[in-house]
Amino acid sequence: MEIAAIFLPLAGAFIAGFFGRLIGDRGAQIVTCAGVLIAAVLSVILFIKVGFGGPEAARTVELFTWIDSGTFEVSWSLRIDTLTAVMLVVVNVVSSMVHVYSVGYMSHDPHRARFMAYLSLFTFMMLMLVTADNLLQMFFGWEGVGVASYLLINFWYEKKSANDASMKAFLVNRVGDFGFALGIMAIYMIFGTVEFDGIFAQAASKADATFNFLGWEVHALTCACLLLFIGAMGKSAQLGLHTWLPDAMEGPTPVSALIHAATMVTAGVFMLARMSPVFEYAPTALEVVTYLGAATAFVAATIGLTQFDIKRVIAYSTMSQLGYMFFAIGVGAYPAAIFHLMTHAFFKALLFLGAGSVIHAMSDEQDMRNMGGIWKLIPGTYTMMWIGNLALAGIPFFAGFYSKDMILEVAYAKHSAAGSFAFWMGIAAAFMTAFYSWRLLIMTFHGKPRASEKVMAHVHESPAVMLVPLVVLSIGALFAGFVAYPWFVGHDMNAFWAGSIVMLTGEHGSIIEAAHHVPGWVPYAPLVAGVSGIVLAYVFYMFSPGLPGAFVNTFKALHAFVFRKYMFDELYDALFVRPAMKLGFGLWKGVDIGVIDGLGPDGAAAVTRRLSLASSRVQSGYVYHYAFVMVIGVVALTGWFILAR
Amino acid sequence: MATLPDLAPALPEIFLACASMALLMIGVFRGDGSLRLVSWLTVASFIVTGFLLLQGPEGRAVTFNGLFVADSFGTFAKLLILIASSLAVILSVNYLEKERVARFEYPVLIALATLGMLAMVSANDLISLYVGLELQSLALYVIASFKRDVAKSTEAGLKYFVLGALSSGLLLYGASLVYGFAGTTSFDKLATVLAGAEGAPSVGVVIGMVFVAAGLAFKISAVPFHMWTPDVYEGAPTSVTAFFAVAPKVAAITLFIRVLVGPFGDLAVQWQQVIQFCAAASMIIGALGAIQQKNIKRLMAYSSIGHIGYALVGLSAGSVEGVRGVLIYMAIYLAMNVGVFAIILSMRQSGRAVEEIADLGGLSKTHPMLAFAMAVFMWSLAGVPPAAGFWGKWAVFLPAIQAGLYPLAIVGVIASGISCFYYLRVIKAMYFDDVTEPLDRPTPTAGFVVAGAALFVFPVYIFFLSPITSGAAAAAAALFGAR
Repeated sequence: MEIAAIFLPLAGAFIAGFFGRLIGDRGAQIVTCAGVLIAAVLSVILFIKVGFGGPEAARTVELFTWIDSGTFEVSWSLRIDTLTAVMLVVVNVVSSMVHVYSVGYMSHDPHRARFMAYLSLFTFMMLMLVTADNLLQMFFGWEGVGVASYLLINFWYEKKSANDASMKAFLVNRVGDFGFALGIMAIYMIFGTVEFDGIFAQAASKADATFNFLGWEVHALTCACLLLFIGAMGKSAQLGLHTWLPDAMEGPTPVSALIHAATMVTAGVFMLARMSPVFEYAPTALEVVTYLGAATAFVAATIGLTQFDIKRVIAYSTMSQLGYMFFAIGVGAYPAAIFHLMTHAFFKALLFLGAGSVIHAMSDEQDMRNMGGIWKLIPGTYTMMWIGNLALAGIPFFAGFYSKDMILEVAYAKHSAAGSFAFWMGIAAAFMTAFYSWRLLIMTFHGKPRASEKVMAHVHESPAVMLVPLVVLSIGALFAGFVAYPWFVGHDMNAFWAGSIVMLTGEHGSIIEAAHHVPGWVPYAPLVAGVSGIVLAYVFYMFSPGLPGAFVNTFKALHAFVFRKYMFDELYDALFVRPAMKLGFGLWKGVDIGVIDGLGPDGAAAVTRRLSLASSRVQSGYVYHYAFVMVIGVVALTGWFILAR
Repeated sequence: MATLPDLAPALPEIFLACASMALLMIGVFRGDGSLRLVSWLTVASFIVTGFLLLQGPEGRAVTFNGLFVADSFGTFAKLLILIASSLAVILSVNYLEKERVARFEYPVLIALATLGMLAMVSANDLISLYVGLELQSLALYVIASFKRDVAKSTEAGLKYFVLGALSSGLLLYGASLVYGFAGTTSFDKLATVLAGAEGAPSVGVVIGMVFVAAGLAFKISAVPFHMWTPDVYEGAPTSVTAFFAVAPKVAAITLFIRVLVGPFGDLAVQWQQVIQFCAAASMIIGALGAIQQKNIKRLMAYSSIGHIGYALVGLSAGSVEGVRGVLIYMAIYLAMNVGVFAIILSMRQSGRAVEEIADLGGLSKTHPMLAFAMAVFMWSLAGVPPAAGFWGKWAVFLPAIQAGLYPLAIVGVIASGISCFYYLRVIKAMYFDDVTEPLDRPTPTAGFVVAGAALFVFPVYIFFLSPITSGAAAAAAALFGAR
């Protein structure tokens, strides 16, 4: 069953990818959708078995040995425990919904089979990542999703912006992946294995291990964890390595929903949670994670306030929510992070697919300034977007409410500088989240239509094949938080996770338990922030439309800075891209063409040609020249012998 | 009372000498129309000679008062020479008829030259060496200028003659020096004298040896005695060039080996330096000189200079394996060159012979099989595996490496790399250039020779590696065993 749940998407990708022409677009769609849907059902069954079957339900299915070299042994195997089961459900359910949705969304695209193949390939790689039993297999999946992401961002390869975005995504991720790879090596150095069981068993005993790096004594686990975190930063778009995520919106919208909101970008969160037994012994690393996660949540939210592209707003919102997950991990509340990951996957996929539905209705318009007044025309999509935004803003009884509140409570309960920083940043971000969510809703659906008449005449509700996935996801966005709360972070927590996540317990029990004992005002703070954000959005965009302009004019410089995304792109361009280009150009023109070609192939060829010309010139055709050469030859040879004696 | 010497070891040579006289008579009495008949009879007598050779006495036999030696080293070389000569005669007939120089003297001269080569290979004395060499050379001078009313051909013959005379002079002068300082011209006695000498060998003998080596180097066209080669190859009638490229080379290099390993075996340290220099220089000049060539015959001239360089690499190792390598190399060289020249002989546009590389343009479209065979030869000449040429190079470079001659091996590899350029240029012309004017259909005889040679070069050689290798090994061992 595990094998079917994981390899069906691969089979679908294989068939659709290599035999797409043979079975046609419709065939490819059926094959891939069926594969992923079956996988989704199987993973729900697996989840129930493993999540509620007690600790002995977790298991590892070994497929075959991959590398066996000396003491280094790695095999392909599927590790199915609660953490994996949660991810399996998230990945397969969201993926299957996106697959179905794509059938409608991509119905006008000439390369539907290829698209479906890529989606399924991505799903398989993501499943490899989450079921990995060792770091190497995880790295395989990690790189695999990177490739799939690259292919999908660049799906419309005739668009230059898509080319650039895909390259950027790939290259920025490379920085992170390099960190991850180094992290794996560091782990191997410390533990002598990359198998999770072996690592986790030794984690406590290596808590004080150090190693010497260039005469510099380093705490081994901190170093390894920070390197792993750099890997997570790349994949999960944390501040510093986040610049690729907004650009990745160049891909088709279902891709943004699946890869750049629900699943791949959360791989970093998953990886850190998976490595929780090690991270627990690296408090310094966790502190870094907290600060960076909190900063990401805040910064991304501020940028989200200023953007006009509907997908980019949601993309920055994704980045901000990932920041939440990371600082939850930073304070040691891994279950809370995974909880938020799960709820976020549902409502963010819902929002993206809803946005896709809007874009579809508006004839591929993405700029919110050219929308408005369409809520009566597409009521289904409108309702779905409301549900998604309510969940995102953390309004009670929607999924996001439970998970986000939990995260903010644990941050407060940490009672540390980092925790407080994260808490206040999180509250501010929650306020801004609500504000930009309603800004999006109002600008998109309300007010006077700002689109051309032709576009407006064409506005239509999406077909059922696109709406049904939205409904399924909205069910998740409505109930996932409420239903899952007791198991993920509530009373049944320990039985549910069954040791797949490790949290060191302090004097008051684990950090989650501590979160249940925070002062009374703390749980209400995010709610207040959220509601006030919504109210302010109404004031700004519905009741007094002049206000945003006035506000922007007052804080011109600040707005420009935030609108330009904190100048990260410009900074990186000046700091890395340009020097690298200059260096590359110099190496190409100067070293390769000038020195290597000059001395190597070209130079050798030129020398050969010149020598050959010279040797032909000697061949004059005159007998006495030839005779002369012969005699000189004999004289030289005899002379050599006489002199050499 | 003088007893008659034992004639049995020299039976093949005696037969061939008589046969050539008879052939000459047949030609004279039947007139110019007898080219075809005389040619086929010549081939037949070569075959009989070869048969007698194989029936000859086992082991080493010396006769004519020590002037003549028959051993398996000589037999191997003689077989190669006979094969090369036969093929040269077979290929010539049609060419001579088309060029309107169908005279019966041609096969007779080749028979006499072949006889000279056989005598050379069997020489066991500086005097018999010279006699064999001159018999061969005189016949070659004549056929080089066989188209006597064409300026180029006569020029080639004359150049070859003048320079050949110079080289003979050098050789004779060297021989006289050796005689003067060692007191003998017999190879066997020279070997004993030089082996018995105390301390450093006398300057006279060494210089004499260098002069003899120079004379022989001329015959194999090793640098710096190679200058005649391109001009003669280009000027001589193509069928003559085809003959020049193979049989005399095999004969001269076997003689070269016999002289250096036999009588001067104890001066190995000295002659190895000469050979190494000649080998390196030949490889380089062979590679560089060919780049500029547009005429395919000149190209093959430089190619043969280069190949002699590779063969000398094996000799300069001075070991049994090295000599074995040279013999293998010459066998493969024979097949490749016969094949290439069979194609060059077929290069005609509406009956007119052409010899520019550009004339091969688009051959793959007009004559795909011919082009493919040519491509096989070119790959093989360039030494690209799995063609036979690669194994030949392998056989000569390996002993050189084992003997520690790394610089020579490096020069060889660089030269091979450069030589790839012009071999590949021929392939490029055939496969990628446009047809200027299609070539005529080759004659069936040429077709058979090309096909046979191509198949030998690849893939037959690979499967029949062991008879050739073991034959060469036995020949080399016989030579060293006689010392």
